[in-house]
Amino acid sequence: MSKTILEIKGLKVYYYTRDGVVRAVDNVDFFMKKGETIGLVGESGSGKSTLGFSIIKLIPPPGKIVDGKIVFDGIDLIKLNEKEMRKIRGKRISMVFQDPMTSLNPLMKIGDHLVETIMAHEEVTREEAEERAFALLKEVGIMPDRFHDYPHQFSGGMRQRVMIALALALNPDIVIADEPTSSLDVIVQFQILDLMKRLKEQFNVGMIFISHDISVVAEVSDKIALMYAGQIVEFADAISFFEKHLHPYAELLLQSVPNIQLSDQKLKYIPGMPPDLLHPPSGCRFHPRCPFANSICKEKEPPLIEIEKGHLVKCFRHK
Amino acid sequence: MSPSSLKLKLFNFVKKASPTRGVEYLLTWIGFSIVALIIFSAIFAPYVAPYDPTKRVGDLLESPNTRFIMGTDGLGRDIFSRVIWGSRTVLYITFLSIAITLICGIPLGLLAGYVGGAVDSILSLIMDAMYAFPGLILAIAIAAALGPSEITVAIAIAVIYIPTYFRMVRGQVLSLRESLFVEAARAIGAKDRTIIFKYIFPNVITSIPIVLSLNAADAVLTEAALSFLGLGPIVPPTPDWGFDLRMGQVYLAAKIWWPSTFPGLMIVLLTLGFSLLGEGISEILNPRLRR
Repeated sequence: MSKTILEIKGLKVYYYTRDGVVRAVDNVDFFMKKGETIGLVGESGSGKSTLGFSIIKLIPPPGKIVDGKIVFDGIDLIKLNEKEMRKIRGKRISMVFQDPMTSLNPLMKIGDHLVETIMAHEEVTREEAEERAFALLKEVGIMPDRFHDYPHQFSGGMRQRVMIALALALNPDIVIADEPTSSLDVIVQFQILDLMKRLKEQFNVGMIFISHDISVVAEVSDKIALMYAGQIVEFADAISFFEKHLHPYAELLLQSVPNIQLSDQKLKYIPGMPPDLLHPPSGCRFHPRCPFANSICKEKEPPLIEIEKGHLVKCFRHK
Repeated sequence: MSPSSLKLKLFNFVKKASPTRGVEYLLTWIGFSIVALIIFSAIFAPYVAPYDPTKRVGDLLESPNTRFIMGTDGLGRDIFSRVIWGSRTVLYITFLSIAITLICGIPLGLLAGYVGGAVDSILSLIMDAMYAFPGLILAIAIAAALGPSEITVAIAIAVIYIPTYFRMVRGQVLSLRESLFVEAARAIGAKDRTIIFKYIFPNVITSIPIVLSLNAADAVLTEAALSFLGLGPIVPPTPDWGFDLRMGQVYLAAKIWWPSTFPGLMIVLLTLGFSLLGEGISEILNPRLRR
């Protein structure tokens, strides 16, 4: 059993907007072992990206971490100041973004992105940093002769490879990948997922893979955390999640994945709308859309309880 | 932009600047030629000008003839030589004021845009107040308050344009600050200094040459206006277009047109040159404006 590298307890991240307080992440508990890949799944607006960004404390204003603990390798990140946090970012926890087309500086050479990152964190000469940058580019499948090219000379898939190289440049413990393949076409998506899986093994890095696409998450994850309206509603091993998901939302979500092998052509979806996080529903947040909802679901919020070893669910149907 | 790519761009530009490529290219090329010619003659004024511009070399108020192609002024000095030497004064003041503008406007814009909050509010308030003044009146007030000298006139002109650069830079920094690549730079632990100088600043300066050239056109006019009003940078007999225009206009009633017309034409010409060049640069740098 490897040790726990990241533990989040009672995390609350709120956005203080003009219209009121948006509870984007509300009381989330979450843990991750070294080298593990966790798939964080949810609809748009379920708070999964906010959760990802809050781990490196880069929540865009007016967002704020209101309460909770983010313990990374024994350090509570919430207590760190900006300067100490900067040493963690990139070096120990790094990030891959959704849109590779805009996440590189258009006026900086590809290789310089890597060199800058390495030199910002480590006391190395430029030559050493360049050598490592060359090796990294090779590792993600980019010819070293593209080192001096600018981002606009790269395709989306290649830029995402560069972003992955950047994220891995300093051998971090955790990479947070925020929808890294969502803006790529299916073939490239497959290549990038493959690359990430391979490098994850090679570098023994833990990964938080954020996506709305449950089939992509299934591809890479060891564990699945399902988010709904700012809360984790189910947390389990990938295999046990797909075999016997317990939360009604998980059930409906998996049913609504389009499948070309089915003769049934009707597109399934979950009735109702995701809740407005300015005014979340009382009790269980899923109850307005839940086919099994009864009176207790409206009144009380179900706790996240462990049904089997390592399989947690937030629903009154399972006790 | 590396020098070689700039050279290449210029080369392509010159190639494109044939009349068949459209009127815009031709006009840009004309603008560039005018500015280049005036700068050239300013640098090589001692060789270009046939006479000493401050000494009497002919009769008073000789009309343009073969010896004095632009005639002589009320003190018998060669107007052509004065025009050539006068370009030194106006170009010097123009470039000095632009340098001051850049040195003040860009860093303040970067600061306000990046730091935000109270710093931004206060700086924006001051800049908006400056912007609200009519430019020439502000320049006259400052030039009168500081007294006539080259540096004070340059400052007076610079003050008019600082808010322009401040606003432009601040606006761009505000949007760049939120852009994904800056976010990504933060996510890999880049320092504020690195973000400003390696990620934001290079993306801001690309739009500056256009405004710079258009401001140069305006600065030429402002310098001439200040000189015309007797608030100019020079002490007579140093040649200066605006000052000569003023000295020459008294003869207009007597139908002696040459002492004021030639300095006036030069002011128009240089202003036109900078304006056309500015439009041209924005065409070169912004491919979206190309047809």
